[in-house]
Formats: sequence, C-alpha cells, structure tokens
Amino acid sequence: MNKYEIAVWVFMLAAFLGFELIRRVSPLLHTPLMSLTNAISAIAVVGAILITGAKDASPLSKTLGFIAVVASTVNLVSGYLITDRMLKMFKKRGGEKK
Amino acid sequence: MIETIFPILYILAAAGFILAIKWMNSPASARRGVVAGEVGMLLAVVGTLLRYEVVSYEWILIAFFIGSAIGIPIAYIMPMTAVPQRTAFSHACGALASALIGTAEYYRHTPHGFVMTALALETLLGFLTCTASLMAFGKLQEILPGRPLTFPGQNFVNLGVFGLAVGIGVTLVFAPERTWLFPIFMLLSLVFGVLLIVPIGGADMPTVIALLNSYAGLSASAMGFALDNKLLIVAGALDGSSGFILSVIMCRAMNRSFTNVLFGAFGTIQSSAKQTTERPVRSASAEEAAEILDAARSVVIIPGYGMAVAQAQHKLREMYDVLTRRGVDVRFAIHPVAGRMPGHMNVLLAEADVPYDRLVEMDEINGDFARTDVALVIGANDVVNPAAQTDKSSPIAGMPILRAHEAQTVMVIKRGMSPGFAGIANDLYYMEKTLMLFGDAKSFVSSIVKELGTAAAAG
Repeated sequence: MNKYEIAVWVFMLAAFLGFELIRRVSPLLHTPLMSLTNAISAIAVVGAILITGAKDASPLSKTLGFIAVVASTVNLVSGYLITDRMLKMFKKRGGEKK
Repeated sequence: MIETIFPILYILAAAGFILAIKWMNSPASARRGVVAGEVGMLLAVVGTLLRYEVVSYEWILIAFFIGSAIGIPIAYIMPMTAVPQRTAFSHACGALASALIGTAEYYRHTPHGFVMTALALETLLGFLTCTASLMAFGKLQEILPGRPLTFPGQNFVNLGVFGLAVGIGVTLVFAPERTWLFPIFMLLSLVFGVLLIVPIGGADMPTVIALLNSYAGLSASAMGFALDNKLLIVAGALDGSSGFILSVIMCRAMNRSFTNVLFGAFGTIQSSAKQTTERPVRSASAEEAAEILDAARSVVIIPGYGMAVAQAQHKLREMYDVLTRRGVDVRFAIHPVAGRMPGHMNVLLAEADVPYDRLVEMDEINGDFARTDVALVIGANDVVNPAAQTDKSSPIAGMPILRAHEAQTVMVIKRGMSPGFAGIANDLYYMEKTLMLFGDAKSFVSSIVKELGTAAAAG
C-alpha cells in the first residue's frame, strides 16, 4: 500500500469515528462542542510550524507560515479557554455552587 | 533515535482529540474532554517543534506570543451572547491558516498529482471558508445587514464563480507550473466565500456556521494529505464530520435541504404571502401574567433569539427561581435551531445558572404540552408556528415545531405584532387562549418577577 492509499484509509476511518462520536453528543452541549472542534482544528498549527521553521523557508513561505501560526494560535488558545468557560456554567439542579 | 518518538507523540495527540469529543457526550465528563484535547494539542505542538526539519524558532515563538495575546483576552472578555460571532471568527482564523499553509507549500514545491490535488482542495476550502466566516461574523456582529441580500441571477453568478475556481483548480492539478493561475485561483475562492453568505439570513446562521465548521475541518484534513501528516488528517476529519452532522441536524430541524439553505434565501420569497389582515389579539399586563403563572402547576418557557437580543436570560432565571420556590414545575423547551448557532440557548441559560436538567429538547417535551398549564414564548416565533404543521403552503411547512399551542394557556412576550424573521404570520398569536405580552423581553420579565414578589408579600 503506498502512503496516499494509507492516508485515504485513515481519513475514512476517522470520519466514521467522528460521525459515531458526535451523534452521541447531547444537543445541550452543541455550542461547546463546536468551540472544542474549533480548538482541535487549530491543529493546523503543526503545518504552520513546519513551514515557518523549515531550513529552506523562503521569505514568502516564512511570512505566510508566520501569519498561519498566529491565526491558529488565536484559535487554539481562545477555543480551549472558551469551551472550558462555557462548560463550567453547566450545573445540575441543587448541584454545588461555584 | 529520537525520531521514533514523534510518531508516538502524534498518535497520542490523536487519541487525546478522540477522547475529547467522546467525553463531550455528557456535561459531567465534558470538562475532562477539554483537558484531553489540551493535552493532545500540547503533545502535537511539542512533537512538531522537536522535529529535525524545524530549525529556526524565533518567528514561531513570536507568533505564539501574538496569537496568545489576541486569544486570551477574547476568551475571557467576550460576553456569552457573542459566542456565535466568536465561533465564526474562529472558523475564519482556522481556515486562513490552512489556506496560507497551502499557498506556501505550493510556491515551495510546486507539487504534482495527488499532493497538488490535496493542496488545491485545501486552499479552495480554506480561502472560501475564511471570507465566508468573516461575512458570517459581520452579519452576527451586525456590522453588515443581517437580512439576506439577493439580486437577480445570484445563483447563476455564484455557481459561475465557483465553477471557474474549480476549473482553475483542476488545471493547476494537471499543470502546476502555471504559477500565474494560482493568484486567480485564490481570488476566486475568496470571492466565492463572500458571495456564498450574502444571501444568507440570520435564521439560517445555525446551519451555515455548522457547515463552515465542517469546511474548516476538511481543509485541515486536506492539508494532512498534502503534508502526509496523519494527525492532521484525523483531527480535520473529526472536525469535518462534526460540522457536517450539526448542519444536518439543523437542516432537519427546519425541514430544509442544504441546497435550500444555501441557495434559497429565506425571507424574500414570502413577500407575496404577506396579507396584512388585522386580526384581534388578546393582550395582558405583567400583573395578569404574574397571576396566571402563580396559579399554574406547570410552566414551559420557550426561548428564542429575541431572548438573547434582549439579554433576558438572567431575569428569566429569577422568574424561574420564584416560581420554583412556590412549587411550580418550570422547564425550558429548546428547539434545535433557536438562536444563531447550535445549542445557543443552552449556553445562555446555563450562564444565567439555570440547571441544565431543566433544559429539555424538543422531542422530549412535545408530548407534555397538552398537560402544561402555561407555555411562555419569549423571543421565539417560527419554532412555535402551528402553520408549520397545518398549512401545507406555508414556507415553513413540515418544519418540526414546539407544540406550544397545545398548552392550556399560551403567553407570548413580543415587542409588537411584526412578523418574525421569516416574515411569516403566526397563527399562535391569534388563538383564543393566547395572551400577548407586549414589551421588551427583559423589562417585561422583570416586572413579572416584581409582581410575583408583591403577591408573595401580600399572600
């Protein structure tokens, strides 16, 4: 199997896993879910780091990579913090007060 | 030797993301999920920084610093009512990142075949999602008019631009060395993103935001294909399927198809059906409303976007407290598309400290309306319109609704008799058992609370 084939397999399995997991998420938490997946999509930072820090990076790709690192860091940081801030608010009746 | 550790870090990171989403299935474990996601992201970033290809760090660290300096204040200062805008903004950032990475990769390697296909997809989705999300942000933040904007031949123009972008993308896949085509490709993708959102109205935002979420994820996944990075593929696929499922749920909750949401431009077709016949309605004061609520045994509150606009959730919680203390069973009925994004109402009510076990989904509560004494509609309109079930010619025909009209008494807090966002008259307001409570949602609820308080002192 060449590496592209493996990549397509990985994508397919991950997509189905995603479908199964998300179907089980309570509609109550759909907003936090969305901001969590936002934060996870900040994984683009991995690609951005590889481009920005590469040995042979041209000024163009360094600039683009730099902006990409900034954009995904904004996402990463605010995504996780806001998700947690939202989830902290969900309390059961008679549950502990903050 | 150290090179063998990186794949392991990436695998653990992917596991962290999967657990993060899995634990979102209940509020009890959800915060654990956030930690799992954070750990996953930390492993991914550390694993990447340590890779031998990465040789210079100064720009990366500066970017981390700037990103955090923007992200942290957003996270703490932003009010909860701005969550839909923040989400749209975040889609824009994520999509911009992957589009720029795709662009940089193209100019660095001018790849061929499979990798170029993935790159083209990544940049197309990235750029169009970026501008589309910024447009959505503008509409939600009310910088841009929230009403759908339409012009003749709109769908033709949109599809033309999209077709052209795809055509150039395909040409680039077969002839990547034609670098002059790439800027045109970028420009067309950016323009299509704008055109896509122009005809979308506020009521369709939940679907569109979920769809943009999906695109941003798919773009990241395409980047994974281009860079041969499985972690990106997995994380992007999770994000993509999440957004896709949410938008399907939203579409189903409106009984509409994707194409209809994207090309239908709700709110314009109804102008013909606007027969403004004056029909009598019954209205009531806060005092009367308080008496009725006080005498009820069960109350179901139906919040909508109007509650968010009026910031009435905290006053509503006070009312919930007073009524609950007097033994009234108060619950909140949440329609899937209430508000401007999936789950919008839940977050606002949770912020106001309403216990989440009092927030009930549509399918669970609909059977109970017939046994409910009072249904109190606050800032919602189309989601309680009985015409959706009875009138086949209605633009919202077949849309699942909250069956508020089956309650013994219906009360509707509304500013005036103007029809809702979709411009459709609501028969619920003209029913015999319906009382219209005219006024601003927040101040009306607070006068009800005041009346309930004086009644308690007197009794």
